[in-house]
Amino acid sequence: MIDQRLFEILVDSFGKILIPGLTITIPLTAISFSIALVIAVATAMVQFANVKVLKQIARFYVWVIRGTPLLVQLFVVFYGLPNVGIIIDPFPAAVLVFSINEGAYCAETIRAALEAVPAGQMEAGQCVGMTYLQVMRRIVLPQALRTAFPTLSNSLIAMVKDTSLAANITVVEMFMTTQQIVARTYEPLALYIEVGLIYLLFCTILTKIQRAGEKRLNTYGV
Amino acid sequence: MLEIKDIHKAFGELEVLRGVNIHVDKGEVVAILGPSGSGKTTLLRCANFLEKADAGTLIFDGEEFSLNHISKKEIARIRRKTGFVFQNYNLFRNKTALENVTEGLIIGRKMPKTQAVEIGKRALEKVGLSDRCDYYPSQLSGGQQQRVAIARALAAEPEIIYFDEPTSALDPELTGEVLSVMRQLADEGMTMLVVTHEMGFARNVSNRVIFMEHGKVVEEGNSKEFFANPREERTREFLRTISGHMGSAD
Repeated sequence: MIDQRLFEILVDSFGKILIPGLTITIPLTAISFSIALVIAVATAMVQFANVKVLKQIARFYVWVIRGTPLLVQLFVVFYGLPNVGIIIDPFPAAVLVFSINEGAYCAETIRAALEAVPAGQMEAGQCVGMTYLQVMRRIVLPQALRTAFPTLSNSLIAMVKDTSLAANITVVEMFMTTQQIVARTYEPLALYIEVGLIYLLFCTILTKIQRAGEKRLNTYGV
Repeated sequence: MLEIKDIHKAFGELEVLRGVNIHVDKGEVVAILGPSGSGKTTLLRCANFLEKADAGTLIFDGEEFSLNHISKKEIARIRRKTGFVFQNYNLFRNKTALENVTEGLIIGRKMPKTQAVEIGKRALEKVGLSDRCDYYPSQLSGGQQQRVAIARALAAEPEIIYFDEPTSALDPELTGEVLSVMRQLADEGMTMLVVTHEMGFARNVSNRVIFMEHGKVVEEGNSKEFFANPREERTREFLRTISGHMGSAD
């Protein structure tokens, strides 16, 4: 079934697909996820700490983002915003949308993890003379992030694959590159399987990192 | 050194504290006894602002504070002079025994780390756990965890330590080690306000006993006298029902 020609196409395209994987897909994921985590911690904390107004804003944000498709969000930012004079390049637009989108989901993960930390941890911290924010930063948040770690890893792995949607706003990442090669060679089955395998490879590596991370975080038991 | 005047606290419809007055002198060990739901734990938590009272006054070191209207700054200032030992220890789960003791000193009080570690080690030695400095709470028994919690409260050299049923979550064979540490503190002149079910401790270690029920003080007095000649019928009844537990830790 795999003849000489197809074999050469696959070998030749492997590098061509992998390169945007390393230069676009991974940076897009890494940058977006980092920003998403910052957004998520802030969003989770204002809800957890019951900060007036900000809490309502946080809830509204999570509600809107989780309630609309990622693809629609990408289109609104990239194709829609130019209508009101806001023009963003494809890559930054993708980073913006992925960060905001992922931030909403991770916020819920972190909020749940914060709520799982016993209230006594905060009380004890305040009783030994620390401020609310100090206890949050030193005691409660580290425990919550540890609880949230497997779920956050899950989100990260999902995001690697979701970046393929960026092809729709002209970001030349792995999937778009594959599409271009398919258009040239007309070997959709083999090439789409190939790109799928490269995504699988990326996610496998991340899964390994997750395992190692969990092991490392497991130092203090409970 | 500590006085609480006419404190009131309700959780919704339920009035937990209905005008309680207590005072603790310097160097005194005061035990608060009472059946479940009498409000004794709430009283202690309000005294350290873990719950906000609905009304009442706190006089601490001669300074007067409103229990229901007080700034965060003042709360922090009072807490710096107090220690609190919880029923379920509440050790920081992500910190070792030593870090549990030093965390408040380094982060809360901005003490240099080397000095804090020195104080922390001394505090752990005092509760007999110098060989457990690097253990995480999950690696310690309940009794050991509570002793670390006492070391943590001690480290800041508080003027008073509040104990909220410090042995209630422990297996009977582990209560002894915690009570003996508390007795040692009492002997050294530490001011302590102890909510407890340990009648042996109340009778033999504390100077004074306060008996509460339904959010009010029913009777208080010198501990020897309290146990020998309780004045109120309700107190006698309480002491009869718990007499099965008497005699430990003496």
